[in-house]
Amino acid sequence: MNSAIRRLAVAAIILMLALMANSTYLQAFRANEINGRNDNNRVRDSQFSVNRGPILIGSTPVAQSKPSGDRFKYQRTYAGGQVYAPVTGFYSYLFGRGGIELTMNAELNGSDPSMAFRRIIDVISNRPQQGGSVTLTLNAAAQQAAYNGLAGKTGAVVAIEPKTGRILAMASRPSYDPNLLASHDTEKVGSAWKNLNADKDKPLSNRAVQELYPPGSTFKLVTAAAALSSGKYTPESKVNSPAELPLPQTTVPLVNEDGKNCGGSNSATLTIALRYSCNTAFGTVGMALGADALNEQAAKFGFGARPLTELPSVATSQFPGDPNEPQTAQSAIGQFDVRATPLQMAMVAAGIANKGEVMKPYLVQNVKTPDLKTVSETKPESLHQAVTPQVAAQLTAMMVDVVNNGTGKPGRIDGVQVAGKTGTAQTSKDRPPFAWFTAFAPANDPKVAVAVLIEDANIARNDIAGGTLAAPIAKKVMEAVLGQ
Amino acid sequence: MSIASTSVIQIIPRTRRGVELLLLVIAIAVSVGAYVNIGITVQNAVPASTGYYAAGIGLLALIAHLALRYRAPYADPVLLPCAVLLNGLGVAMIHRIDLGLAIVAEAKGKVPKAPAAPQQITWTAVGIVLFLVVILVIRDHRRLQALTYTAGLVGLLLLVLPLIPGLGVNLNGARIWIRLAGMSFQPGEFAKICLVVFFAGYLVVKRDVLTLAGHRFLGLDLPRARDLGPIGIAWAVSLGVLVFESDLGSSLLFFGLFLFLLYVSTERAGWLIIGGLLFVGGAYFAYMTFGHVHRRVTDWLNPWAIDGGQVKLGLMGQAWGGILGRGLGQGHPEATLYANSDMIISSFAEELGLTGLIAILLVYTLIIERGLRTALGCRDIFGKLIATGLAMSFALQVFVIVGGVTGLIPLTGLATPFMALGGTSLVANWAIIALLLRISDQARRPQTPAAPVSDETIAMAVQKA
Repeated sequence: MNSAIRRLAVAAIILMLALMANSTYLQAFRANEINGRNDNNRVRDSQFSVNRGPILIGSTPVAQSKPSGDRFKYQRTYAGGQVYAPVTGFYSYLFGRGGIELTMNAELNGSDPSMAFRRIIDVISNRPQQGGSVTLTLNAAAQQAAYNGLAGKTGAVVAIEPKTGRILAMASRPSYDPNLLASHDTEKVGSAWKNLNADKDKPLSNRAVQELYPPGSTFKLVTAAAALSSGKYTPESKVNSPAELPLPQTTVPLVNEDGKNCGGSNSATLTIALRYSCNTAFGTVGMALGADALNEQAAKFGFGARPLTELPSVATSQFPGDPNEPQTAQSAIGQFDVRATPLQMAMVAAGIANKGEVMKPYLVQNVKTPDLKTVSETKPESLHQAVTPQVAAQLTAMMVDVVNNGTGKPGRIDGVQVAGKTGTAQTSKDRPPFAWFTAFAPANDPKVAVAVLIEDANIARNDIAGGTLAAPIAKKVMEAVLGQ
Repeated sequence: MSIASTSVIQIIPRTRRGVELLLLVIAIAVSVGAYVNIGITVQNAVPASTGYYAAGIGLLALIAHLALRYRAPYADPVLLPCAVLLNGLGVAMIHRIDLGLAIVAEAKGKVPKAPAAPQQITWTAVGIVLFLVVILVIRDHRRLQALTYTAGLVGLLLLVLPLIPGLGVNLNGARIWIRLAGMSFQPGEFAKICLVVFFAGYLVVKRDVLTLAGHRFLGLDLPRARDLGPIGIAWAVSLGVLVFESDLGSSLLFFGLFLFLLYVSTERAGWLIIGGLLFVGGAYFAYMTFGHVHRRVTDWLNPWAIDGGQVKLGLMGQAWGGILGRGLGQGHPEATLYANSDMIISSFAEELGLTGLIAILLVYTLIIERGLRTALGCRDIFGKLIATGLAMSFALQVFVIVGGVTGLIPLTGLATPFMALGGTSLVANWAIIALLLRISDQARRPQTPAAPVSDETIAMAVQKA
């Protein structure tokens, strides 16, 4: 009998060991995965009470945690307000996080593995957890200029430093005040959230990266790049440019914006076609090159890939897959199913500005511990050589001509040579067209590339043109960067 | 002479009551420490109720200790302190959940529910009273053998009590509660004790028959077909519990108990094989046939699918506790459903971490192993079987509930012994500890009746020698 009891004693110990082993697996090895779950309220509560690190522009915080004296201990405040909201995002107890607050959460609250050593010191010395700081690449003057430029409009601005890919400005309007969502008054936060989501102008959306638009004529830069890269064209090559181009397989012709031919002749050089943003000329070039060549060129500028990892829900710009001939002609002028974010069109300009090399855009300059030791510093990274330096130089000359003599005149800056391209994208009769301007300056040594999109400016339909609406904003932003 | 006296001293067992007292002081200190710690972290002050709590737990433990000194001086010295520690920590955690729920209610502008901790202390007192009754009234556990069939009948009756319309109530999908005079009871907890007594008494008589050689198959002695009756009945009853009361845990517990005792009394592994197969078959049948069993299994396989599910919330709490825990009063155990009853182990894992959880499991292991040690030392078969049954019921119950809470096995509604909020279970567990102590007193007592060790008795013994 005793031997059976002894065996049961062993069995009982095995049962208890199984419990301990299972809990060890759960609490020691799976804990991180479970703590990272979105629906984990405990982690949310305690993270909300952490002394979170600031988000900085230079050394000025645009978001920081201040002692609150209530049950959450700290109140997140956004000095950057609406101006920086599309980038900083928000941190709400009820509705989670957005923007940098979301993507850099681990660094900001100090739980990132890179800060593990400091956290252990905190635990040992019984100090509360403190988060690291995140410094952004944004240029305060450029960001303010971009935000001010969009006043009263619906649209977005992105400015990039062409040589590095540093994002100097990223504005989107209408914006929102993140302080409303970070409040500890849950009732107020709830109604603010409801209003923001109900707003048909989508203030919570960062139009610079989260929304896709037909790029219109700014896409002609990609078509021109493909043409010049093919070796079959030079800026002086003459192409067919009638007022109306009949398209195969359809009765709907391709027409020029003003209903006239380009520069007074039915054939124009590529330079002149770009100067007057000639639809029929680029339609002809697009059909001659074929959809594959256009698609390939677009991909080299960043289409078809997520351009930025430092913000959530960044949209991927697209060139339509397998269009037929008339669709290819439409695509070549940025219509049909071509879709791009303002960030993507800024990357096109930046790539041309940087001798054809497209740099990976980034927003986070560095991450530092609370005692200001650098944890990580972002290094510029090349994405693609979109065009050769020669082609880039030819495109630059053509874009300078657009600003000096063509549709881009409103983008000119005194004493600085600007290279640019306008765009006006029609979508449907019942909504205003999208106005675009993408440019860089100075043309001979580019310091800034910018893309401006105006979705809705509350003005009469026929007044909308990339040149008149978007170019002045781009000008202000470039001036802000160059003025320093 | 000197040689003789040494050998005589060796065979006289020591009562070890002093060790028990020391361990009790530690257990009470840890419990009161936890209680104060919770007050300081949650309310920034030593709670005003500390005196009530400390005096309550301390006094009850002292009374139990004195009863043992008086009536069971040779009883195992570890069991009582272990039970007091678990009971004390349980009340402290229930108090902690009370505070947490009050804060949540306040934030929502609602009136907090009445705290549960004082109620649990009252039940602890009832438990100690039953403990005293067992220790003082049952002077010899062998007398229980006369009650074998009565115990069996009462056990069965208690088991089916919740099925009586108007008396039984459905709670959380299981029909294992009865409502009487405005209070809820879980008769299954007492049925467990009765059935252990019945199984033990029955097997003492029948073990010879059951041990008779049957067929030898694959190196195992399998019993004869006509001896399969009892195991069949036990299986059918436990399956009945599962089907009619929807209680997976109790069903497993009763059948497991019977199987273990059958195995110990006959020493034939064949019974375990047959029982194991029957269990697997029954479980599979239940899984295929009954929605509630099926749901428990799917919930177990993917706890994350259920929004606000207690296992999901519990697992999150345990993960949040990590290795060292958030610290008492510094987690959010109240965020889990049934944080002070079914899920109390999860609450401990959150605030005391893996470290604290393993410490608690080790205390349970100590109780189980001391119980089985008692069975080994017991001189009569009936006592051996009862001690084994009670110890293994503890082991099974801890495994089933803790395994369910930590996601090792599907969750079933068994109470976490001594810790979970709930009067019936607490009182029944005190009775179990009292029975084990009673048997261990008999087991460790010198064979020739002797008074507790004193110089006089040693001198007398020496003279005899």
